Amino acid sequence: MNPAAIIARELTKRYGELEAVRSVSFEVGSGEVVGFLGPNGAGKTTTVRMLCCFLPPTSGTASIHGLDVRERPRDVKWLLGVCPQEDNLDPDFDVLKNLLVYGRYFGLPGRIVRRRALELLEFVALSDKTHVPVQALSGGMKRRLILARALLNEPRVLILDEPTTGLDPQARHAIWTRIRSLRAHGTTVLLTTHYMEEATQLCDRVVVMDDGKILLEGAPLDLVEREVGRTVVEAWNYGEEFVHFMRALPGRLEEVGDRLYFYPKEGDHIERLFEERFPHQERLIRRATLEDVFLKLTGRALRD
Amino acid sequence: MRAILRNVSLRSLRVWRRDLDVYLTNWKTEFLPPLSEPVLYVFAFGLGLGSLIHTIHYEGRELTYLRFMAPGIVAVAIMFWSYFETTYSSFVRMYYQRTFDAILATPLLVEDVILGELLWGATKAVIASTIMLGMLALLGLVTWPSALWVIPLSAVAGVLFSALGLVVTSVTKNISSFNLPMFLMIMPMFMFSGTFFPVSILPKWALVIAWCLPLTHVSYLVRAAVLGWPRGPLAVSAVYVAVLAVVLSALALRLMKRRLIQ
Repeated sequence: MNPAAIIARELTKRYGELEAVRSVSFEVGSGEVVGFLGPNGAGKTTTVRMLCCFLPPTSGTASIHGLDVRERPRDVKWLLGVCPQEDNLDPDFDVLKNLLVYGRYFGLPGRIVRRRALELLEFVALSDKTHVPVQALSGGMKRRLILARALLNEPRVLILDEPTTGLDPQARHAIWTRIRSLRAHGTTVLLTTHYMEEATQLCDRVVVMDDGKILLEGAPLDLVEREVGRTVVEAWNYGEEFVHFMRALPGRLEEVGDRLYFYPKEGDHIERLFEERFPHQERLIRRATLEDVFLKLTGRALRD
Repeated sequence: MRAILRNVSLRSLRVWRRDLDVYLTNWKTEFLPPLSEPVLYVFAFGLGLGSLIHTIHYEGRELTYLRFMAPGIVAVAIMFWSYFETTYSSFVRMYYQRTFDAILATPLLVEDVILGELLWGATKAVIASTIMLGMLALLGLVTWPSALWVIPLSAVAGVLFSALGLVVTSVTKNISSFNLPMFLMIMPMFMFSGTFFPVSILPKWALVIAWCLPLTHVSYLVRAAVLGWPRGPLAVSAVYVAVLAVVLSALALRLMKRRLIQ
């Protein structure tokens, strides 16, 4: 791995009795794209907010390119580009002015900010919206503008907190394309997401969090293979006999509501086996995904 | 004190500048109230009430009610414009627009945001009082050049009331909660701080309370400047206002910091 861009050591955040993040340690290599996955309340955003110097950790340390987030917040934030979860664009300004004012917060000279702003608007395909008030933008455009804003200071590390939540597929792919292009240019990216496809598409490595702790980390496809294997069988409208039959097969069986999930140890022959024994059973045999890993690790109970 | 002043820097002017830019974007709607307010007051109180009262005794002299009241409404404007800016407006920026979150993702720190807001609240007071002074001058109610003292005075008093507003904002959970300090603190100040009548006519106990209120001192100083009557213990009032401005600013920094870092 390249020299670390982000190092967190036993990072902990406590709110009275509640421990939102419990002694979390991880590293993100320079140029790496790492995704933090986890149900609501898992501690992803709290972790991110500590890295961005928004929240002082209760204990433990975090550093960005060797700079401690508590000791050197101004310097740390110079290295970071941050896309927050919610829209915090300035509603009183138009698109370009949002970028110009943001660049001024960094103390960058107006001329440079202007040049970069126009380039970045090009990059996120908003050049024709330069003087449109931000309230008139669609959700996807706002996200792209927030991404452009996060890139104004040419950050070495980009932090994206749920960059595509609530976007339609076109808008989501538009964001993904940009993130991939940034990765190609060597920008380190740490993102949080609920979308397993997003993590699979973008990330070199994913970190699964729940209940304030890291459960597991690894490359997306390795994790899938290691944790659930290659194939998943879903079946519905099944009888006792079918369940019995499935129990006898090597693998993990799970019944959720009216659906049966089977994670076979050996997936190769399962199709043929079904054809022979239960040709009319309603079923779906598909490739295992990160979502299966996620649900296996964090359970299927609802989180609020 | 040292802990409070740590991280205080001129970078806060970048936050101030953002608020100024918004103000200039919306200048047409922003300019109208301070322009029209004195005219309304002069008609309602000066001409209406003033036709019943005619003259008033103040600091050993006799003057028309209109001349007495006019400086009072400038003092009130200083309080209202700065206090409203750092309560309702700052709360909107903090809570609804999440502007502070956006700023905090840059090298600016919480202290810069708080101080920027504080300075901007004071700036609103200076802008409003200057415009109002101009309007009152057109109506012939201002003595020059002593009235120019109103400008530095509104800056210091603006800091005082902005800081007071931020202290309130720091403990406010939702925007409708601002009504309580409004009715318990700001409205009583508005009515009992020498805006519409000299506090000297109050009974002794009320007089003591009135002179504790910052607005009483601000009114007193503004009136001396606008009338051009530099008499009485003006220095005491000036020191009182300045000290309160510093103390409340330190308190605002401390409490808002606690509020913003959660």
